[in-house]
Amino acid sequence: MKNSRSLEIGTGLFVLLGFAALAFLTTQLPGTSLKFGGSDGGYTVTARFDNIGDLKPGSPVTMAGVRVGRVESIRFDPKDFKAAVVLRIEDQYKEIPEDSDASIQTAGLLGGKYIGIGPGGSETFLKQGGQIEFTQSAIVLESLVNKFFANMASKGSDDKKDEAPAAQEQK
Amino acid sequence: MSAVVDSAAVAALRRIGAMTLFLGQVLARVIPAFAKPGLIVKQIYNAGARSLVIIMLSGLFVGMVLGLLGFDTLQRFGSEDSLGVLAALGMLKVLGPVLTALLFAGRAGTSLTSEIGLMKSTDQLTAMQMMAVDPLRYVVAPRFLGGIIAMPLLAATFSVIGLFGAQLIGVQQMGVDVGAFWSQTQNAVDLHDVNEGIVKSLVFGIACSLIAVFEGYQCEPTPEGVGLATTRTVVTSSVMVLLLNYLLTAAFLTRS
Repeated sequence: MKNSRSLEIGTGLFVLLGFAALAFLTTQLPGTSLKFGGSDGGYTVTARFDNIGDLKPGSPVTMAGVRVGRVESIRFDPKDFKAAVVLRIEDQYKEIPEDSDASIQTAGLLGGKYIGIGPGGSETFLKQGGQIEFTQSAIVLESLVNKFFANMASKGSDDKKDEAPAAQEQK
Repeated sequence: MSAVVDSAAVAALRRIGAMTLFLGQVLARVIPAFAKPGLIVKQIYNAGARSLVIIMLSGLFVGMVLGLLGFDTLQRFGSEDSLGVLAALGMLKVLGPVLTALLFAGRAGTSLTSEIGLMKSTDQLTAMQMMAVDPLRYVVAPRFLGGIIAMPLLAATFSVIGLFGAQLIGVQQMGVDVGAFWSQTQNAVDLHDVNEGIVKSLVFGIACSLIAVFEGYQCEPTPEGVGLATTRTVVTSSVMVLLLNYLLTAAFLTRS
């Protein structure tokens, strides 16, 4: 009897653990319901961006490259067609000037997006529920490339007439 | 058993045919086997619960290596934040199912083969048949089913532990941001990737369990025969798992 008891307990534990792992993989990993590294401490401020690129909830918020908080939530504001990003700043960084600016930056060439806060000069500081007025949107690589080629095309159209016969001669 | 000595090619063909016939025989007894769920539970315990420690330990270390090497490579492109994506997709799609199946073949497959082989060599299976008890139904089918049920659960555990192993190295030791690690992972992984891993581990579970019980049931009933059959279980299972892994990976690639 004792043997069958430990057998059942062991099997039950294994099956529970296995299904817990399966549940984690199927529901938490593809979703965004579970927040890792999030905390309830600190205070929140809002920043509104024209374009957030692929900024995600959970992305870091930094000042001078040091992480001071995280992106808490992102939603689209239909009134002014902007993205309202709620930032949760840790309590120890209380003295961020009110007129600081927030910009969306990319970590490395292929890295994720994060928000960099550049300090302003104001004597008053951001408080719970405050708003960062000066924002700079994410740089979208495609539009940058488009701009670059548009520039090249308009510049190159003058030189093209000289180049075309030269290219033919070489052939 | 036949007096005719087959050439290697014919022998291989015979083995494939015998295994397919055996699969049919076992499958025909799968439903009746559920009449005695206690036997299946016992096999889930043997194949699954007792493999848990080795699976978790291996998963942790594989995940830690993934964290270490993944970080080292991604760092060169300044995209170490994507470490979670690399670890999660690597674990879910390949490392979890494949390594679990290989460990399963070594840990549980061998014990299945040698157990059934020893039953055969001590005439227990013959005795059962004489008492009109079907050994395929009461010995083979529960072991086959136990392995199939245990494998996806083991693989899922392996993947989750591995992911946290990667996080342990990436976040705690290398300083990847924990929020970026998980938010990028959750954004990049979708249900399709998870399903691929589950389907793979189910298929591997069927293959490994079938090979293990087949080798045990068909072995030469001598000490040497049982030993040979156990070796064949590991070799055949490993090769089949890697081969099936390629086929399944290709199938899932073309589907998406």
